[in-house]
Amino acid sequence: MSAAEKAQAAQSTRNGWLLSTPALVILTLFAVGPLMIVVVYSFLAPGQYGNIEWAFSLDGWRGILWTKDIFDDTYGLADANVTIFWRSIKLSVLTTLLTFAVGFPTAWFIATRPAKSRALWLFLITIPFWTNLLIRTYAINEVIRNEGLLNTVLIKLGLISEPLRIIYTDTAVFIGMAYVYLPLMVLPLFAAIDRFDMRLLEAAYDLYASRWQVLRRVILPIVKPGIIAGSILVFVPSLGAYVTPRVLGGGKQMMIGNFIDLQFGQGRNWPLGAALSLTLLIIVTVALLIYVKYANRDTAHGH
Amino acid sequence: MALRLHNMIKIKRERVTLSQQNAVEARNAVKAFGQGDNAVRALNDVSIEIRKGEFFTLLGPSGCGKTTLLRLIAGFEMPTSGTILLEGADITYLPPNQRPVNTVFQSYALFPHLTVAQNIGFGLQMQGRPKAEVKATVDRMLALVKLEAMASRKTSQLSGGQQQRVALARALAPSPKVLLLDEPLSALDLKLRREMQGELKRLQTETGITFIFVTHDQEEALTMSDRIGVMSAGKLQQVGTPREIYTRPHNRFVASFIGETNFLPATSDGSTLTLPGGYQIEAPAGTKAGQVTVTVRPEQVKLSPTPEAGTLPATVRGVVYMGTDMNYQLHLADGTEIEACVVSDVTGEAALAAGQTVGVRFTPGAAQVLED
Repeated sequence: MSAAEKAQAAQSTRNGWLLSTPALVILTLFAVGPLMIVVVYSFLAPGQYGNIEWAFSLDGWRGILWTKDIFDDTYGLADANVTIFWRSIKLSVLTTLLTFAVGFPTAWFIATRPAKSRALWLFLITIPFWTNLLIRTYAINEVIRNEGLLNTVLIKLGLISEPLRIIYTDTAVFIGMAYVYLPLMVLPLFAAIDRFDMRLLEAAYDLYASRWQVLRRVILPIVKPGIIAGSILVFVPSLGAYVTPRVLGGGKQMMIGNFIDLQFGQGRNWPLGAALSLTLLIIVTVALLIYVKYANRDTAHGH
Repeated sequence: MALRLHNMIKIKRERVTLSQQNAVEARNAVKAFGQGDNAVRALNDVSIEIRKGEFFTLLGPSGCGKTTLLRLIAGFEMPTSGTILLEGADITYLPPNQRPVNTVFQSYALFPHLTVAQNIGFGLQMQGRPKAEVKATVDRMLALVKLEAMASRKTSQLSGGQQQRVALARALAPSPKVLLLDEPLSALDLKLRREMQGELKRLQTETGITFIFVTHDQEEALTMSDRIGVMSAGKLQQVGTPREIYTRPHNRFVASFIGETNFLPATSDGSTLTLPGGYQIEAPAGTKAGQVTVTVRPEQVKLSPTPEAGTLPATVRGVVYMGTDMNYQLHLADGTEIEACVVSDVTGEAALAAGQTVGVRFTPGAAQVLED
């Protein structure tokens, strides 16, 4: 490479960086910056009335799982926190599974419609997005509360005498989240199934596969990218859900999102809140890494 | 001696009955799509017998019902009425995964998430065969289609011809009683197609499996098949060996779909056919009296430079040089257009010029009287 060519290449590299500068500045200011603030806060001491004190402390991180006994200053496991973590993970996994169980047939149905009606079905799926999340959540509340639609109908039909207590339970949060996040599962699944070559079904069926084997050995492996995308899109916001557990869990069935909010509000413990936020981030990242790795290993071996 | 001869005849007869057992039989198969008045009969009362071990071709233009018939045999469609038999057993309503019949699809339909070897082993695996057996068969199939080096490739990394071989191996691996091929060569270019035609014929001979091959390409049908079934408008027009189909077409459709041909009106008295211009030829046995249509292949039309007695006078309208052949367009006195195909001489010059009046004769026995 001649000197002139080298200079040209260097110039082109410089130009590349120069052109990316606005994006880099925005990313630094609005993505990396706030995250760094959170990281710093998590290592400071809480202020008396919220905010922080500029003194190094590990109490924020310790507070995630341990609680200081107010009498003898010894640390014990914070049962309440563990419960909240466990509930968050459990409900998020269940939500992902339920949205997949409901979303897969839905997406399959839409993808196998004629092109004309397919657009209409997709449009119907996206309608809930047009409505505010809070309003949709209150709508679910209206359906499942003790005097709500579901219980009224069941009692009128004489199927039950006492209203089913669903509202303000884990089940309520679960139902609510599954409803809210269902489109996020359906859309990537639809995209994957839409690309699926339906002629492969006949090929598999011709080669002695039973219906179950066709699903298990042909359809699922091929639409897997859609399943992975949908699962991530549902699992990640579920884990950090705030509005749904707040409205349908009644403030008692807290999830991590509510717990974090509590620290920055009434709890007046910003370092703990910051540490919890980072923990959430770590859980999501680790979960995704494991999930994607597991899914890819499955592909590599083909069985 | 006489007894031995008698026994030999008996043995031969038994063999004949065995070999003539049908691999597939369709009886009065009807397939209608749509409801009521809008219903379209893709198959209209088709009965056919396909013998064990033969290379049978269903030939016809697109939309003639040949693929529908294939799909009925594969089990992807159920007939509206009629029966499908496999080696004598009724399989009309058996799902495809319970029929020992495999298909090579026009689109190949290879599984994109599996390797070549896994694709070929898929059928055996679904049948629950032991792993060692699956592996052995897959290796054998890979060798059969000469793809040993590609075993662990993904199918998307293969060329069209290689994908075609994988599709073949995949369908042959479970040793089906019948292999169905739905226009498998239509996506290949001409050179590759010629190669695969030979390959298919070789595979069929080596495996001894009954092949039912669907195509709209008459040349493909003629060169590869033991027997051909010509279809049109949901009906089976004629079944026979390539030679029978070409030299003895039953009707106008079969005559014109396979190869080039001439049609001439004629009057029959049962033994002699009189063509316009008074040219007379012997009628094939069983010809009815009255007005008939006669067909003659261009290569059976002989020309003499002058309209001698006992020939059909015609005027040369045009000459087309086609390399091996010279094609003459001729005009008969009554306005009928016919073609003659003559092997080119060494110079490639036309012996006859446009505008010249010539005498036309047909090779004895070449004229065929059509049913319709």
